[in-house]
This record gives sequence, structure tokens and C-alpha cells, in this order.
Amino acid sequence: MKADIRKIAIFVEETCREAGQTISPPTRKAVAAAVIANPCAGKYVEDLSDLIEIGAELGGLLGEKCVAALGITAENAQSYGKAAMVGENGELEHAAAILHPKLGAPLRKAVGKGAALVPSSKKMGGMGQALDVPLGHKDAAYVRSHFDGIEVRLNDAPRANEILVAVAVTDSGRPLPRVGGLKAEDAEGRDGLR
Amino acid sequence: MPEPILRKFATHCEDIFHEFGPPPESPQRRAAALAVVENPFAGRYVETIQGFIEDLRPLGLRMAQRLVDMLGGPGMIEGYGKGAIVGEAGELEHGALWHAPGGYAMRQLLGSSNAIVPSAKKVGGPGTRLDVPITHTNASYVRSHFDAMEVGLADAPKADEILLVLVMSTGGRVHSRSGGLEAWQIKGEDGLR
Repeated sequence: MKADIRKIAIFVEETCREAGQTISPPTRKAVAAAVIANPCAGKYVEDLSDLIEIGAELGGLLGEKCVAALGITAENAQSYGKAAMVGENGELEHAAAILHPKLGAPLRKAVGKGAALVPSSKKMGGMGQALDVPLGHKDAAYVRSHFDGIEVRLNDAPRANEILVAVAVTDSGRPLPRVGGLKAEDAEGRDGLR
Repeated sequence: MPEPILRKFATHCEDIFHEFGPPPESPQRRAAALAVVENPFAGRYVETIQGFIEDLRPLGLRMAQRLVDMLGGPGMIEGYGKGAIVGEAGELEHGALWHAPGGYAMRQLLGSSNAIVPSAKKVGGPGTRLDVPITHTNASYVRSHFDAMEVGLADAPKADEILLVLVMSTGGRVHSRSGGLEAWQIKGEDGLR
């Protein structure tokens, strides 16, 4: 493992009621976060390949943690997302290097398929700051019931020389979806969009 | 015994591999179980509230069991704590109803757990964070196990809700070296030493 991981945190949320309505089965979301040393902190580094490799490692690791925390098979994952928050001695581009070139393929393996783009967010931030991980349907980005997000934060991360990397996976959409659009059961899941 | 009305159930689990010092053989794991329930006393002063203690017992056991499972069984658990955040239409006293069902649920599952369960409570709104204290399950003075875990949920507690928390951990702080009573020195009879 290339990444120096200080901490892994996994959060699971089950919503049993929303606006007075019973949600059965409950909607469930998981987000797994790794706090890693930023090998490029404190200096300008032109070649970000170390971070790209770390992204590949974390995509699989964190995706599998989410699926395990939900207690589902990979095929039953419905939506996903990814995000990174870079501590103050790093650079926004470090988040891009982790998230975009190589994190997606091993994450898709962990969730069964994943024809759709993995929605993402990134920011610079300090300890205790909230990071909102966007969520979208894993096979068809236009499925409206699955546009969502989950907040993750750790009071002790990221420190100045660290990066907090998060992957979120669900087995459901929003609790009471009723704003129309493409339905999950109508999605073809071939082009990643519909 | 009316069942508490549960809106949300959440877990947080952390594996701490190091904090810039020598990594221990196995990481410290600590976890929190959170339940968001309707506050039956919200919006008015209710004098007699203790019936809710009994109502909360099954939920306490469910939360404690989830933590025991996440941490690898009762034999793995060395620290615990509990807490509550009461939404704005409630009263701090409502959070105190969690002491008995939360604490005794954990002690029931853990076998040898003579130490008092440390706790924190407050009134707060959605997104409020709570630092839940953690101490050794069998001897409160074990210094390596004085710890805490920050928890919270972006959307809870709403005004008429209570956010209930239990936490457990598999060990002390990851690089503990501040002296005092060590876990291997305790008698574990009086819950203190």
C-alpha cells in the first residue's frame, strides 16, 4: 500500500421516517473516509503520479468498506460518489490527482457495475470541516431519485499535511422521491446517462 | 410500553492506525451508534417522564449490540461512553432519561463492566456536535483509556427529537504514554481501580 493511512472512518445512515412517513425498507447510505499523509504537501510538485496511485488504492478499499458496512452484495449498490479535502499545506490539484485518473475503476469493481460518471466534489480545508460527497445513480446519471449527498467530517482531519478522501455508496435513493424524471427501474444503464 | 418513534439510525466506526508515532500492532477501533427518536415531551413541561426510560431499553440494546458486532465481540471492548442531544423544543432533563437504558444496555452485553459509563448531554439543533467521553469499562481511573469521540448528524436533532448516542472502543489512545493507572494493573472490583 502506497498510502500512509492514519485513520479510516465509516459512517452509515438509515432513514426510517421522513416527514412523518414510514420508510420501509429504510434508505441507507454509507461513506468511508481515509485520512492519508499528503506526499506532496509543503512544496510544488509537478508530477502527481504518487497521488494518482493512491487514488487507485483508495477507490477499491473505500468502496469495499462501504459495501461491507451496508451489508449488501456489490450488485445491490445503487448510487455512489467521491470527494476529497486537502489540508492547508497541499493544493487543490492534489484532490484532483487522487479522485479523477484512477480512483473510479476499482470503485466500480467494488459496486458491481458503474456505467455512470462518479459525481465528485473537492476543496481545501482544515480539521473538522464538513465535506459534502455528492451521490448519483451508479449506472444512469439521469436517475432523478438518486441525486443526493452525504456529509462527512472528522474533528481531527485533515491536518495541514494530510488529505481526507471519501467514497460514498448507497443501496437506495432519497427517502420520498417525487420530483419525477428518469426512474431507476426505467434506466437502461448502458451509456451511463439513461 | 410504547416503542420510541425512530427516524434515523446511524453508525460511525473509526480505525486509528497511528497519530504520527509508532503504529500499534492492531489499530484502535472506536464506534458510535446514533438513534434519532421523537421526543414525547417536546413543546411543554411534563412532570412525570420516567416511563420513557423503560421505552428506550430495547433501542439501547439494539444500539449496544450493533457496536459489539462492529468491534468484534464483547471480549474486544475496553472503553465506553454515552450521550444525548435534545432538540430545541425539549429540555436538558429529557436527555438524562438516556442514562439508565443506554448505560445498562452496554453493561448487559459486556460482562465485566463495573465502571460507571461516562456521559455528556446538551440541547442543540441539527448539525450540533457532541463530544462523547470514553473511559475504561472496568476501572474509571485507567488513564490510557480517557478519550472521547465527536459525533453528530447534519439533519438531527430537529426541535421535537432527541439524538441518542452510545460509543465503544477496543483500546486506549493510540500512543498513550501519560502514566497513571494502566489497564493491566486494575483490580476491576469497585469500578474505579
